Amino acid sequence: MSRSAARCTGTKAAGAPALFQYCLRLGDNALVLGHRLSEWSSRAPTLEIDIALSNLALDLIGQARMLLSYAGEAEGAGRDEDALAYHRDVLDFRNVLLVEQPNGDFAHTIARHVFYAVCARAMYEALCQSRDTTLAAIAAKAVKEMTYHERYAGEWLVRLGDGTRESRTRAQAAIDRLWPLTGELFETDQVENELSARGIVPDMSGLQPLWRARIEEILARATLARPEECPMLSGGRSGHHGEHLGHLLAELQYLPRAYPGAVW
Amino acid sequence: MTGKGGGHEWPLYEVFIRSRQGLNHVHAGSIHASDPEMALQNARDVYTRRNEGVSLWVVPSTAITASAPCDREALFDPAGDKVYRHPTFYDVPDDVEHL
Amino acid sequence: MSEKPVAGTVPDEKEAAALEAAFDAHVAANGKVEPRDWMPEAYRKTLIRQISQHAHSEVIGMQPEGNWITRAPSLRRKAVLLAKVQDEAGHGLYLYAAAETLGVSRDEMEDALIEGRAKYSSIFNYPTLTWADIGAIGWLVDSAAIVNQLALCRCSYGPYARAMIRICKEESFHQRQGFEIMMALCNGSGEQKRMAQDAMDRWWWPVVMMFGPPDANSPNSAQSMKWRIKHKSNDELRQAFIDQTVPQAEKLGLAIPDPDLKWNEARGHYDIGEIDWEEFFNVVRGNGQCNEQRIERRRAARDEGLWVCDAALAYGEKQRARKRREAA
Repeated sequence: MSRSAARCTGTKAAGAPALFQYCLRLGDNALVLGHRLSEWSSRAPTLEIDIALSNLALDLIGQARMLLSYAGEAEGAGRDEDALAYHRDVLDFRNVLLVEQPNGDFAHTIARHVFYAVCARAMYEALCQSRDTTLAAIAAKAVKEMTYHERYAGEWLVRLGDGTRESRTRAQAAIDRLWPLTGELFETDQVENELSARGIVPDMSGLQPLWRARIEEILARATLARPEECPMLSGGRSGHHGEHLGHLLAELQYLPRAYPGAVW
Repeated sequence: MTGKGGGHEWPLYEVFIRSRQGLNHVHAGSIHASDPEMALQNARDVYTRRNEGVSLWVVPSTAITASAPCDREALFDPAGDKVYRHPTFYDVPDDVEHL
Repeated sequence: MSEKPVAGTVPDEKEAAALEAAFDAHVAANGKVEPRDWMPEAYRKTLIRQISQHAHSEVIGMQPEGNWITRAPSLRRKAVLLAKVQDEAGHGLYLYAAAETLGVSRDEMEDALIEGRAKYSSIFNYPTLTWADIGAIGWLVDSAAIVNQLALCRCSYGPYARAMIRICKEESFHQRQGFEIMMALCNGSGEQKRMAQDAMDRWWWPVVMMFGPPDANSPNSAQSMKWRIKHKSNDELRQAFIDQTVPQAEKLGLAIPDPDLKWNEARGHYDIGEIDWEEFFNVVRGNGQCNEQRIERRRAARDEGLWVCDAALAYGEKQRARKRREAA
C-alpha cells in the first residue's frame, strides 16, 4: 500500500489518465465534505438536525467510496478506496477549497452545503448521460441524494435568512465569507476538456449559469443579498489547499498511518 | 445560560408512513418541527432510514381529535353484540360453495 | 405518540383506591396502558424517570463512539460507525417522544440532563482510548443493552414498548459490527491484539454493572416488576448477558478479567467474582472520568443551537402569517 502511495506523489499524478484525475476530484470533494459533516455528530443544534447532517454525510461518504474505487480502477495500479483515502497527502488531494472549510456555525455549514449541493446536483444530472457507464451509474445514484441535499440545505438557508435578526446576520456572513470559494467549482482544465470532448463528463462552465440562477432564487427566498462580484480563490484541485485540510487528513488518516499494513 | 427555559421548542407533528404502495399510512411516531416542510424532512430523516416508506404524512399533533378513554365503553362496546355483522353468524350447509 | 394525558377531575380517596386496584389488575394481566388512560401518579413518575434516563443514555452514548468517527480506519468502518451513532440519536428521539406522552416536554428533560438532575447509564462516562473500544462498545455494551431492551419490549406502557420494539430491530446490527471489529483486531497484529485485550479489560466490569445493583439492593425494582414495566430482575438480565458473552469472548481468544469466572454445572450458569459496587456508585455520583465532558458537550450543543431553534420558530410563524394573509 505504502509503496503504491509513494508512486503517485508529486508530478507523476498529474500525468496519470484523465479519468483517474476526474474521479479523484469528485471523490475527494465527497470525502472531505462528508468528513466535515460527520464532525457535527453529537454537536448539532437539535437531535433532528444531528440525524439529518449524519444522513448527508453518509450519502457523501458512500459517493466517495464509489468514486475512489473507480478512480483506483482507472489508475490500474491496484489502489482501492482506502489506499486513496488514507495514503495520499495534501498535495495529492483534489477537492475544491469550499468543501475543506471548517464547519463554523450552523449557518456556515448550511451555506457551504447549498453552494456545493446545487452544483453537485446539476453536475451529476448531466453526468447521468456519460458515455462511461460506471460514471453514469454512480451519477444516477448521486443525483437523487444531491437533490435532497439541495432541498434540505436550501430550506434551512431560507429559514435562517428569513428567521430572526441574529440568524439573518449569521447567514449573510456565511454567504459572504464562502462566496469567493464558489468559482473553483466551475473551473475547467485540460483533464475535463479532454473527457468532455469524449462525451464522458459534462462541461462545468456550461453549468455555471444554472447554478447561479438557482442560488439567486434561494437567496431571494431567504431575503439574503448576493455578494458583490469579487476575485475568486482556487488551488484545491491542483493540490494547493488551505491550512485546514492537513489537519483534517491527520485525523482521518491517523490509524492506517500509525499502523502500516494493519487490517481493520 | 440556565436552560432553554421554554419557548424554544418546535411544535409536535405526528408521522404516518406508507410502507409500500397498496398499504395504508400507519402512525410511526412523532417529531418536532417548526414548519410543515421541516416536519416532512425530519420525519424522513428520523423514521425512514431503513427503507421504511414510500410516502409520508405529517400532521400537527394539535389537529388530531382523539376519543377519550372514559368514552371507550359508550363508543365501542355497542358494536360488541352485533354479531350478525360477521359472516360466521350465519348457518349455511358446508357443501354449498362460494358463500 | 403525542397524546397528552387528560387532566380529569381529581377522584376522591375511595375512587382513587378503586381506580388503582383496577389498574393493578389490568397490568397484572399483562394489559397495556396508553397515554390518556388513568394511571397512578407514581407509575407516571417512574416511567418519566426511566424513559428519560433511557433517552439520555442514547444521546450521551453518541459521544464515546462519536469520538472515533473522524478517525475510523477505513471508509467502510467510518460509514458504519456514523450510521450507528446516528441511530442512537434516533433512539434518543423515539424515547423522548415516548416520555412526552406522559406530559413532560423534551426541553424540560434536556435541561434536567444538562443541569445534573437526571441520570444516564454510567457506562458512557468511560473514555474511548483506542479503536478497539469501538469494537468493545458495539459488542459488549450493545449486547447488554439488547438483553435489557428485549425485556422492555413487553413493558406495560404502550409508547415505551413500541419504541423498544423499533429500537431492538434497529440495534441488531450494532452488536454484530462491534464483534466484527473485535474479530479483525484479534486476527491482526500483536499491537491490534493488545488493543483488543486492553479494551476487554477496561470495559468488562462496567458493562456487567450496566444492569444495575443486585436485586436485594434495588428498591424500585419490585414495584416496577409489579407494574410490568420490568419483566426481569437486574440479576436475571446480568446472568443472561454473561452466559451469552463468555463463549463469544472465547471465540475471539480474549481473556475475561475475572479470575473467579467459571461455569457452574449445578446452576447451568456462569458464576462471576465480586462486583465492585463502590466503583459503580462513584461513577453514578458524577466522579467518572468523562461525566463533566459528556454533559458539557450537551450544554454546548443546546446553547449554541438556541439561535437556530429560534430562527426556525420565527420563520414558521412568518410563514403561517403569510398563509393567513393570503387566505384573507
